[in-house]
Amino acid sequence: MNRIDARFKWLAERKLSAFIPYITAGDPTLGRTAEGVLELEKAGADIVELGIPFSDPIADGVVNQEAAFRALKHNVSMHDVIGMVAWVRKSTEIPLLLFTYYNPVLAYGVEQFAKDCKAAGVDGVLCVDLPPEEDPDYKRCLDAEGIATVFLITPTSSPDRVELLAKSSTGFVYYVSRTGVTGERASMEQSVKGAVESIKRHTSTPVAVGFGISNPAQAAEVAGYADGVIVGSAIVRMIGELGDQPEMPAKVGAFVKTLADAAKSSNVGVHV
Amino acid sequence: MQQLKSLSETPSAPYPYPDARGRYGQFGGRYVPETLMHPLQELEAAYASAKSDPEFQATLAAFQANYVGRPTPLYFANRLTEHWGGAKVYLKREDLAHTGAHKINNALGQVLLAKRMGKKRIIAETGAGQHGVATATACALLGLDCEVYMGTEDMERQKLNVFRMRLLGSKVTGVHSGTKTLKDAINEAMRDWVTNVGSTHYVLGTVEGPHPYPLICRDFQSIIGREARVQLLEQEGRLPNLLIACVGGGSNAIGLFFDFILEENIKMIGVEAGGYGPETGQHAARFAGGVIGMLHGAMSYVLQDANGQIKGTHSVSAGLDYASVGPEHAYWRTTGRVEYAYANDNEALDAFQLISRLEGIIPALESAHAIAHACKVVPTLPKDDIVIINLSGRGDKDVSQAARFILGEEASL
Repeated sequence: MNRIDARFKWLAERKLSAFIPYITAGDPTLGRTAEGVLELEKAGADIVELGIPFSDPIADGVVNQEAAFRALKHNVSMHDVIGMVAWVRKSTEIPLLLFTYYNPVLAYGVEQFAKDCKAAGVDGVLCVDLPPEEDPDYKRCLDAEGIATVFLITPTSSPDRVELLAKSSTGFVYYVSRTGVTGERASMEQSVKGAVESIKRHTSTPVAVGFGISNPAQAAEVAGYADGVIVGSAIVRMIGELGDQPEMPAKVGAFVKTLADAAKSSNVGVHV
Repeated sequence: MQQLKSLSETPSAPYPYPDARGRYGQFGGRYVPETLMHPLQELEAAYASAKSDPEFQATLAAFQANYVGRPTPLYFANRLTEHWGGAKVYLKREDLAHTGAHKINNALGQVLLAKRMGKKRIIAETGAGQHGVATATACALLGLDCEVYMGTEDMERQKLNVFRMRLLGSKVTGVHSGTKTLKDAINEAMRDWVTNVGSTHYVLGTVEGPHPYPLICRDFQSIIGREARVQLLEQEGRLPNLLIACVGGGSNAIGLFFDFILEENIKMIGVEAGGYGPETGQHAARFAGGVIGMLHGAMSYVLQDANGQIKGTHSVSAGLDYASVGPEHAYWRTTGRVEYAYANDNEALDAFQLISRLEGIIPALESAHAIAHACKVVPTLPKDDIVIINLSGRGDKDVSQAARFILGEEASL
């Protein structure tokens, strides 16, 4: 069984929500990212999302853009990140998901990308600017290797698109809690709970919520109705501020623990 | 007379692109974050409805005639023709359209469309500033709020246009990220649109981006070729042998080419920006140095590294300084229907001066690339051939930039 599926199954049995932190691979260095994965696992992460740095990240807010540009300063590539996953996979069984833009996957070659992800121990891929209908090979190749294909559903998705995206997603469905780019927000929109419930009518695949969650209170609230809580920019910003200091992983780990604990403080209502 | 009438009509054989998926062969498509999928479908439907609405078309035509000043002249360039000693050269004078470039054709059409859709706010990206000025103008005309994103390097190169946009009541927001040029301005405009998609229409300025943008822009620009066909028949009683236009995203080129695309005996050349020369890596010649890739929602030719990261580009002309090219151009290049060439910075600057002296027309540096390539081709053609060059914009905006190159860095106007 795919590590992502296994993790959600384990959590569902305990009526717990997954905590899924996002970090940009290669910020400040790939070595630090590898340490970071292990630190995030210790802090209570269930799945780690690794952002592939891209030169033109149109779906990302300023915090994630700057992290990508820091990583690109030392030319961190898709090959490098997959290599790092292979290395960190020797020390951990935590599920790992790549969050990427399409062009680096296209340049790599979709089929080779799927094979190398499998060999390295990547468990899932989210390609943020690839609607499922645009490249059927992408899903076919990843399916063939048993790698989860996570797609985004957003507040603007029409009912027929919700159905298509829910059906195309394996591992989990990623619900974007508001229209806009990645980044921290002061408050969650009330409609998110209803949207998650409506997606769950289309699929038995777990539904995780992200974009804008930045503090333990929001994480606990979302964990009350979603199968997973994704936090990105708040963590990426902290990594950016601390940079390559020796105490960075421990400090980030301590912050992530408050989020992970909050996400585990609620039972997932929709599973009862 | 019967023959003239049939030549004046655009051939009506079916042209199947874009297909139902927004593709031109393998190019184009709609590669966007999910938030934009439904709004793009809405835009596609709204545009189809406007296109078949006689009232919308009549409103647009009235503004084109009375506000933009269309039709723009098709001018026989006598001295340029003599100088080159080859084919007869006609210039399609888009520089004489209101705001000084062809960009107004698309901007006005899209802002009218946005108003019809009930949008209150318009955003746009701009490189050279011509599309930004055109959009700001259309918004002033029709009373909509407008915000234009522009790379800070381009703002420095095109200070005059920044001031013009502000004078027209638009907000101009500098983009500091990445290469600080057109591609980064598009990134930021897309982020704005993802965030404010309910209230806002994004007026993309060229035949780029996700479907239906390349189609919408092509439709609004193809008036250039329709006019040129009728005008040349009036003046010469025949159709041209060759069309030449510069290609950044490629909207002025598609505007001139599209009406003639099914007439296979009419040759077409698109001219990209060679910058310091493709061999230096400092250029924007996507067909000379690019590979098939995806940028800003469309599959096309892209200047990128082996890892799929988009490369920085260079051109003396901000309007051609972009890492990708319209997907329909990629299709035409693949089928061989259109030939693509490039002109380097120094060739464009020579052409800029040549046509200023010979014809009293100071062209945009973008259009000077088309003239520069014509310098190489036209002298080799028979004297009874006819060439139309799209003079896509006027060069007022480029005078200080050109002075720095021609007179030296210290020159200040």
